[in-house]
Formats: sequence, C-alpha cells, structure tokens
Amino acid sequence: MNKYDVVIIGGGVVGTAIARELSRYHLAIALLEKETELAFGVSKSNSGIIHPGTQHTPGSLKGKLCVQGNALTKKLARELYIDFKEVGELIVAFNEEELMRLLQLKKDGQALGVPGLKMVDRSWLRKHEPNLSDKAFAALYAPTAGIISPYRWVYDFAENAKANGVEIHTETKVEKILPAQPRFEITTSKGEFSSRYIVNASGLHADDVSRMVGVADFKITPRKGQEFLLDKKREHITNHLLFPLPSKASKGILVTRTSDGNPMIGPTAEDVDDKEDLSTTEAGLDKVLEGAKKLVPSIDGNDIIAYFAGLRPVAGDDFLIRHEDRVSGFVNVAGIQSPGLTAAPAIALMVAEILKRRGLELKRKLIFHKHRKPERHLFAIPLDDAKRLIKKDANYGDIVCRCEMVSAKEVRDAIARGARTMDGIKFRTRAQAGRCHGSFCTTRLMKILSEETKTPLVGVTKRCKGSEIVKKDRTSGQ
Amino acid sequence: MVNRELVVVGGGPAGMAAAISARENGVKDILLLERDQYLGGLLNQCVHTGFGIDYFKEILTGPEYADRFIKKIKPLSGIEISLRSFVVRLAKDRTLTYLKPGGIHTVNAKALIMATGCREKTREMVHIPGTRPAGVFSAGLAQKLINIEGLLPGKEVVIIGSGDIGLIMARRFTLEGAKVKAIIEIQERSRGLLRNMVQCVEDFDIPVYFNHKVLKICGADRVEKVIVAKAGEDLKETPGTSFEIACDTVLLSVGLIPENELIEMAGVAIDKATNSPISKEVNVTSIPGIFVCGNSYKVYDYVDSVTVDSELAGKLAAEYIKKAR
Repeated sequence: MNKYDVVIIGGGVVGTAIARELSRYHLAIALLEKETELAFGVSKSNSGIIHPGTQHTPGSLKGKLCVQGNALTKKLARELYIDFKEVGELIVAFNEEELMRLLQLKKDGQALGVPGLKMVDRSWLRKHEPNLSDKAFAALYAPTAGIISPYRWVYDFAENAKANGVEIHTETKVEKILPAQPRFEITTSKGEFSSRYIVNASGLHADDVSRMVGVADFKITPRKGQEFLLDKKREHITNHLLFPLPSKASKGILVTRTSDGNPMIGPTAEDVDDKEDLSTTEAGLDKVLEGAKKLVPSIDGNDIIAYFAGLRPVAGDDFLIRHEDRVSGFVNVAGIQSPGLTAAPAIALMVAEILKRRGLELKRKLIFHKHRKPERHLFAIPLDDAKRLIKKDANYGDIVCRCEMVSAKEVRDAIARGARTMDGIKFRTRAQAGRCHGSFCTTRLMKILSEETKTPLVGVTKRCKGSEIVKKDRTSGQ
Repeated sequence: MVNRELVVVGGGPAGMAAAISARENGVKDILLLERDQYLGGLLNQCVHTGFGIDYFKEILTGPEYADRFIKKIKPLSGIEISLRSFVVRLAKDRTLTYLKPGGIHTVNAKALIMATGCREKTREMVHIPGTRPAGVFSAGLAQKLINIEGLLPGKEVVIIGSGDIGLIMARRFTLEGAKVKAIIEIQERSRGLLRNMVQCVEDFDIPVYFNHKVLKICGADRVEKVIVAKAGEDLKETPGTSFEIACDTVLLSVGLIPENELIEMAGVAIDKATNSPISKEVNVTSIPGIFVCGNSYKVYDYVDSVTVDSELAGKLAAEYIKKAR
C-alpha cells in the first residue's frame, strides 16, 4: 500500500487548486477522482466567471475568499499561461427600488474590499453597453470580473501539480475510509491508500465521503443550473458580463460569455434531489430566455447552439471549510458552489494553513516549477502565429474540426496531456464544440483517440465506461 | 500571395460541376480547394442508389455519381486540385487564406465559386430537452460511421424527424441488423421524398409517428429511452398522451442548413432564417464575383439538380472573368 502525507478526494477545481498549492512543499500527495477525467463533476458545468466579490455579505467566507481568489486567479493565470480576460461586470437595476438595493450591494462590496466599484447611469450604459435594454436604469460596475475556461483551469492546476510530484488517480472511487491512528486507511475502486491527512473536496458527494469518517452534520443539496450557449457569431452582443439583482438562491439569469467567445445565458437555480440529474428542460429554456431578454432584448433563441445542466453543491448559505476535530487530520471543503471557481486559489491557501495548524510540516521544495508549458490553439492565435506553428509542425495544418479550427496536432497534444474521452478532447481543444456538434469530426477524433491510447474504436467513450460511441466494429468483428 | 482567375471552394458534386463548366466556358486558370483527402464530398457516404436518374438517365450510387465527375475533372488541364485544404478566411476582395498540412496560403481570385455544401441541424438547434448521453447522432454522422468506417452506432434506434437522410438510415440500420423502433415526426407528413418513405420505411414496416414529438432523451451514460407525446397544432405536447420508447440510439434528421460562414465573413448578405445568401438570381450573391452553388446556395432534393445549377455557376463565373479582363 502506498503511503501519503495528504490524500485529496475530488479532482475538480477545488481539489486540483489545493493539490497545486501543496505541491510547493515536501509532501507525498495523491489526488483521487472517481470519474474518467478530472473536472468531470461539478467543475465542467461552471459558467467560467471569475467574480469580483460583489453580492456577498461582509463577514461571509464566500465574500472573503472570492475577493482574495479574484486577485490570486489573475496572478496564477499568468503563471500557468491560461487565458484570463478581465471584462468587468454590470449589475443592472431597472427601477428606483432596485437602485437602492444596488447601493447596498456597493456598500457590501466595498466592505469586503472589492476594488474599483462604481455606479454608472443610463448615458454611460448606452455608450458602453449599447445592446443592454433601454429600460435599464443604472448599474453597479465591477471592473475586476473576468472569464476563464473552467475545465482548462482544472487541467492546468492538475498538470502543474503533477509536474511538481502530485500523483493523480482517475477512475478511483473512494469506497471506505478507516480513521485509524495515526493514518487513514482509504479503500478505493483501485486499491488502498494510506494517508496522514485527508482533504475532502468531493463536490456533490462531500457529505457521503464525510459520513465515511462519522461526520454527518451537513447535507449537500444539488441545485441545478441550466446554461445555454449562443453562436460565436454573436460574440460581441455584450461587452461586459451582465447580471440582474441577485435573489437569495442565486445570482439570477445572466448574460455572459465563455472565454472562447460564445455568449452564454443562464443559469437557472432549481433545488433537485438527484445528484446525477443533468437534464435540461423546456421550462428551463423558457425561463432563461425570458431572463436574458430582459437584459438584452435582441437575444434570439435561434442563436442557441448548445446547452447543458450542472449541479451546484449547496451546503447551507456559506462555504463549509473546516478541520473536523473529532476526526483528527480530516478536512472538509464542502458546499463550494458559486463563487467557488473564483475562490479556489484562496481556498487552497486556507486549507494549507489549516493543515499546518494541525501539525503538517510545510517545508518548501528547493525547486518548484511554477510555470506550465502552454498548449497552442489555432482558434486563439493570430494567423501569422499559426503560420509559424504550421511551418514548425505540419500537423497544425491538418484541420480536424472545421467549425472551431482544431488541428490534429492539438488533439494529439490534448491526449498526451491526459484526455481519454471524447468529452475530454472537447473540453481541452473545442473540437466538437462548434455549430455542427461533431457531425463532421467525430470519426476522425475517434481514430486519433483510438490510435494514441491503443484502444479499439468500440472502446472509445464519450465520458466514461458505458458511454461508448459505437456498439460494433464490422471491420474487425469486435 | 498568388493570383488566380477562378477559385472553387469545395470538391463535392457542386464544386466539381462548377469547375468543369467554367473550364469548358474558357477559364484556363482554376484552383479547386477541397478540405477532405478525396473529391466527391458527401456522395462518398451515400452508398444507396437513386442518383443520376435525371442527369445521366441511369441509376447510380452516390460514389458512382461522384466518380463520373472525378474521372472527368482530373485530366483537365487548367484545373489544379488541392486536397486537405481548409479555407479559414475570406475577404470581400475575393482574397482567401487556406491551411494545408505544412503551410498557410493566400490567394486572390478574379472570381470565386463557393460550393461548401450544408450541415445537419443538431439536437441543440431544435431544443430537445433531457440528458446528454452517448448515442445521439445526426443521421449523416451515423451514415458515415456505418458506410465509411464500418462501425455500427447502435442496435435499437429511434429517429427524430423524417428528413431524407433519416429515412435512408432507417433502411440502412435495418439492413445492418439493428431494430429501428420509430420515426418521430412533429409535422403531419414526411419532409423527405415520397420514394424514400416507400422504399426505406414502408417496405421495412418501420413505425412512423406523425404529429408527435420527443419530449426528452433519457439515459445517464448511454441513451436508454425517449419520451414521446402527441404534438398539437401549436407543436406543443398534448397533455396525457406521453409514452416511452426504449432505445440505445437516437438519430436526428430535422433539416439541413447551408454552410455559409465564409461568405458571411466576407460580408455577403445572408438570410438569417435559411442561412442562404440573399440573391436575385440563382448562384449570385450581393458581392459581384462571389458565386455560390449547390447545397450552400440552397438545400436541394436531388444531386442531379445540383449539377445542373452548378454548371450554370461555372458559366456565370466565366462570363464575369471575361468582362473583368
């Protein structure tokens, strides 16, 4: 059995950010993820917004970690070479009464230390956000809001953590934890792990994992969010991220865009019972369209090219991050819903501090690789740079995905970096994410994946075992 | 940058017919760009018969129909065929940039014929709710998997929509030993050709549910079932009429859209509802010297008519070049 100082359960943004932070130190660390790839749980359906820290009450963990995380994200994005765009957000008020609430939000934001908050009026809005509804009365402008690719963020954290010695185990589901002193004995679907400390960052299943060590005083309630993506042709429909005033359950129906340039509308906020319920509904679409049109009337349902649903892991009003004193060495990081993506780097620092206080020695490594070799995406670079790339490696000129301009080289790189499924390739490269939804490139991608991972074509899956793309190979009889 | 008299984008039936016709009408310097590794376009995966009845007065398969043009175009002097060539940019002045393994090239054309075909509408465009498991395919992708790759996508199939590719795939799946459990069409009649309804559906006793819609696709990792209900005149679900059909595969055949993102980039006026160029006469666009033919001009029912109209596009481009000289 392998022995570790820290085992992190959960390979979403929180688990991987913690892994990357702890990889600075002389520690034996393993990260366990039950899915076939990282980010396949809560993180994959994240909106990708790096929030400024507005909309939280002063004194909340969410507010504090969001403001810290926003600044840290910017720094880390530069270290890890991920595309982060600081586009700014507008929280829009439609009448006097809403304006009063907006002023309170501004006060709360300032108390939390959100930088640059500013009230803007109608004429400012008309000039800087011309497609915003002319019924908009005023808005709170938060310049530090930004956008990032949530799954690439996870992959970058993990890749850098791995380069610094962290073991990443996918398809490794924790089944049992024995809190034997001085080490935990962890039984998984892929064997036994022994560790002095456990960090439970298992998202929707944080309550189930916590219950394994006898801590059962919180429950994760999945709160569904349905999101709808618009065609990239509408990329410039807005300049900022647009928010209505928040309700108790959520930040409302937003008009945002992904870091790849697709406008996105949503999400809904529906409490559900089933931790696997990722279905979208007609009612969800109607609700989102109605909300989005209130902000930007020219949004058209015909521009929708994709949709998905995600589940926020809710455990009460605030994040739940604490050492469980009854089970020495066990740290719960639960209820990390919005603004969890933003807060993740700050959560990582907080968890490192908790572990240190509980006796984990944090001794810095002499050599810590803080940078990561960036991948290249043809869709993200100017044509002249693409020219140089293709000259260096002819495979960059071999286009596989026509809608998003993804080359065979990028697909092979993604697999070398850990993609094992068709969804994994999509998240990393955008191949299949365009307007044809893989109708044209699926067969080519399957062949590359099969070749690189030495899997037969019938074994190629969408996201896990059981989601094979085809049932039978007539050419080989498989 | 290289200058050419005529550049044709697309090496399917439309592009080949247009290039050959332009050559026959006196154009001597033609570059034909095809993104795939072979000519013929989507005809290559249409292994069924029924092509060429009008144009050749013969019954051919898709690959046979394409082959007639491939054999004709290849020996023609004055037409350069560039395969695996992917156009990424098009400007108003007919300058286009394309990638090829190993290089990026820029070419300016006196006249341009776009024959970029069409794509299928996706599940997302018709907003079908439910989960997103493996096993949901466009009918054309399923056709490619079976006919080109020799892979069988699934064994129990429900087809949403009754477009021609869907009908043809109903027969194809049945011949491959799969069970096609239903075709669900929201309209009151098929949107495919009568001959396909007869030869691909009725002859194989495949149940068709007209005035029905799929409410939901279900299944966590792989499709498990669809939920279907009667659709009223407003196309909404009629309450109390829903039922389930177990299946492992869902095909979408709900319509085709011309692929015109490149000419849109160049500033050609596009009809937002159909994605076709706004045009006074066939093959002509709002930018002089940029012609569009085949399924990227409008979605045709028969390849024979694509050939005839695309030959006209070649002639129009030749006349345009003559005038510009």
